[in-house]
Amino acid sequence: MSIKLTVNGESRELDVDPDMPLLWAIRDHLELSGTKFGCGMALCGACTVHIDGQPTRSCVTPVSAVAGKSVTTIEGLATPAGQAVQKAWIALDVPQCGYCQSGQIMSAAALLGANPQPSDADIDAAMSGNICRCGTYVRIRAAIHEAAAALGAPKPAGS
Amino acid sequence: MYVRYLEEASRVSGSGHRSEPTRGAALTRRQFLELTTLAGSGLTLGVLLPGCGSAGPGGGTAAGPAAPLEMPFLRIAPDNTVTVIAKHLEAGQGVWTGLPAIVAEELDASWQQMRVESAPAKAPLYQNNAFVPLGVHAQFTGGSTAIANSWQQLRTAGATARAMLVAAAAQQWGVPTAEVTVSEGVVAHAPSGRKASLGELAGSAAQQPVPANVTLKEPGSFRIIGREKLPRLDARAKSTGTQQYAIDVRLPGMMTAVIARPPRFGGKVKSFDAAKAKAVAGVVDVVEIPRGVAVVARDMWSAKKGREALSVDWDESGAEKRGTTQLMKEYRALARGKQALTVAQAGDADGALTHAVHRVSGEFEFPYLAHAPMEPLTAVCSLGPDKCEIWAGCQMQTPDQAAAAAITGLKPEQVFIYTLAAGGTFGRRATPDSDFVSEVTSIAKATGGKYPVRLIWTREDDITGGRYRPLNYHRVEAGIGKDGKVAWRQRIVGQSIVIGTAFEAVLVKNGIDPNAVGGNAAEEYDLDHVHVSWNAPKVGVPVLWWRSVENTHTAYSKEVIIDELAQAAGEDPVAFRLKLLGKHPRHVGALKLVAEKAGWDQPFPKEKGRGRGVAVHESFGTVVAQVAEVTVKGDSITVDRVVCAVDCGIAVTPDVVKAQMQSAIAFGLSAALLGKITLTDGHVDQTNFHQYQVLRLPDMPRAVEVYIVPSSNPPSGVGEPGTPPIAPAVANAVRAATGVRLHTLPFDLAAARRANA
Repeated sequence: MSIKLTVNGESRELDVDPDMPLLWAIRDHLELSGTKFGCGMALCGACTVHIDGQPTRSCVTPVSAVAGKSVTTIEGLATPAGQAVQKAWIALDVPQCGYCQSGQIMSAAALLGANPQPSDADIDAAMSGNICRCGTYVRIRAAIHEAAAALGAPKPAGS
Repeated sequence: MYVRYLEEASRVSGSGHRSEPTRGAALTRRQFLELTTLAGSGLTLGVLLPGCGSAGPGGGTAAGPAAPLEMPFLRIAPDNTVTVIAKHLEAGQGVWTGLPAIVAEELDASWQQMRVESAPAKAPLYQNNAFVPLGVHAQFTGGSTAIANSWQQLRTAGATARAMLVAAAAQQWGVPTAEVTVSEGVVAHAPSGRKASLGELAGSAAQQPVPANVTLKEPGSFRIIGREKLPRLDARAKSTGTQQYAIDVRLPGMMTAVIARPPRFGGKVKSFDAAKAKAVAGVVDVVEIPRGVAVVARDMWSAKKGREALSVDWDESGAEKRGTTQLMKEYRALARGKQALTVAQAGDADGALTHAVHRVSGEFEFPYLAHAPMEPLTAVCSLGPDKCEIWAGCQMQTPDQAAAAAITGLKPEQVFIYTLAAGGTFGRRATPDSDFVSEVTSIAKATGGKYPVRLIWTREDDITGGRYRPLNYHRVEAGIGKDGKVAWRQRIVGQSIVIGTAFEAVLVKNGIDPNAVGGNAAEEYDLDHVHVSWNAPKVGVPVLWWRSVENTHTAYSKEVIIDELAQAAGEDPVAFRLKLLGKHPRHVGALKLVAEKAGWDQPFPKEKGRGRGVAVHESFGTVVAQVAEVTVKGDSITVDRVVCAVDCGIAVTPDVVKAQMQSAIAFGLSAALLGKITLTDGHVDQTNFHQYQVLRLPDMPRAVEVYIVPSSNPPSGVGEPGTPPIAPAVANAVRAATGVRLHTLPFDLAAARRANA
């Protein structure tokens, strides 16, 4: 069965088992490897993508459920919030092993997209589904605040 | 096989690796480049661009050949990039930043031009020098040794390249070498105004003789080493989804495999029926290997579905069938017995304890713990008639190479390992029998090498797959005599990690496995009367080093009992420790610094449920002291603030040191508050992160402050030593807040209240 969807702004067609989790369709068939496998049970957040803008665990989302929808992976993250998050991640040297960071960034970008000035409690709530075994949590918090500050800062004159 | 390889390797002279231009290695590296470019390694510079050959401002040109300067540990390309060849695995601990920093310092390169790539598997050239004194000539990453063992080697490499660049410039410009300077990647001759980049001079430098001796910088003149914020070289790739791990490798025609493993440790395949598995769309092969039955398919989903459909009959006659409740009961009984190996003995512990004026004791229980790195174990193997290629986050390249050679019947030099960044390891990827590397090679062999194969462990495979931090039981009795002298008697019961492996011969002395009992009180405090002993029960649950290894439990019982002893004597916990650390000046330095930064001399607010605690511990040559502040509400513990002081000698990359302390604190807190693997009748009870709980962001202390003790000693490791002190520091804080003694991990305050009552 062929399933049509939009991935990072491009129309794609997948001829796979409709029960196949979106994660494996993205990784094994669309050959986008930035989205990671961590648990397969929506427990760790490494596989987080945006579906029509909403952060979603792709490891438990059947590919049939995203037919006709728009999927954004780390490779296609281009929202102002997403870019501010990535910039802050690099500036603060958040990643260690880096494996969970695509998922962390997708969750953080979705948070800032919906709530540009989150409180610590908002950050706790939005990020509690993303595990980092390297324990980069201190820097994740700081980077989200830094990205929020950058998003809230007045735009330079002329822009 | 591994031992034999070590013996052979040990006969090879280790000399000459600093200055050998190694043409053979260059070829291997080129292959490596092609192959990792296939794999898309984001940090690999696969193409050598022609040099610019631009005229310097003084009119002089660097008209040498546009060729690279290739050395075993670095390559300077005509495009002016300097690529450090990292012999160590990057698993998050920051070696892809620390190792380049050492080279860049002595080379006087600019940080912007630094790149890094993994070295091929090649011992003794890329051996870990920390283990050479033990007779081990193997390439591997572990024991927090990467920076320490590379320190002189990479400084020498950088200084050697610098000297060759200077010689090339002096020759081209016809000026004395003494007048040539290098700064921020620019080679210059001030009197004539000539300048050239490192890349412009690389080809000419490669023609220069390799100097036998080079002068290294005085630490006072370091400008990259010790720089407060040196950007990580891998931060961008790891923030954009472009960093490539083994799980991301794609080769033409590659298949994906998962393995059905025995449900109990020690089980074996009796027979299997592959019919239903083979009927699953996408499944191409089902093969038996020594560790189970592999299902090979066109993609991961099909492989997983194929495994679900597979029917295996297991022979469990030799399997471990005990559960952890029974094991702990047996451990307690062992601890009460007289039979044990003596680990440390001084004075008269029994007599001194009998006459002690203050006495405390404790029985400590530590569970099995899984490493659970975020990238599940993964490896790719492509097997040909005379060549075996492996892509993996390898932590032990030499043993892995030997294992793959033994399985395939090839020679070790026919096994090419391409080490990719690992999505965490914490010790899990360093297995004496090469574990997942052996598995993928076995699958490639069983399928006749007809396609490259990628093995993926699911999270369930990982959590139930063993190789745990060993279950441990400690019984400690400590006391202070009328003369003020401290007596300490301790029995440790826990499996050996290395006995029965190839490491036994080099690590075990007089039957004692340091990986089971190191870091005990006799090593860390000046004790007049001490007796530490050990029982090593034989259990079929495979165990492994887990971030900071034995120190995960020895530091705990030591720092909790010392604290309780201070309390019994009515003394301040910091002052009491300082009295027992006369022979440990670095412990004293770290402890005093953490006390100062935590405001220990200020009275802690007497609010209900709030408390603070301290712990100090040396492991892997690094001393870490931590103060934890907690709030206890009901039976729930919140860690509010952690202050950490670390003495790791010269801090090569201070921000990475801080990151490693933050990381180790999170890792240790995970174990203290949540982590537990249990078994029932030999079956592991936990399967995924809903049952094997790990620390999440809301549980991370709001404030984690890290301070580095200034030092001019050579660097020691930072990957592991931040882990041991945090659990006892928190336990001591909880006791200060509630009076409850926490002797069983993970913490269960309600159970501890009942046990204390």
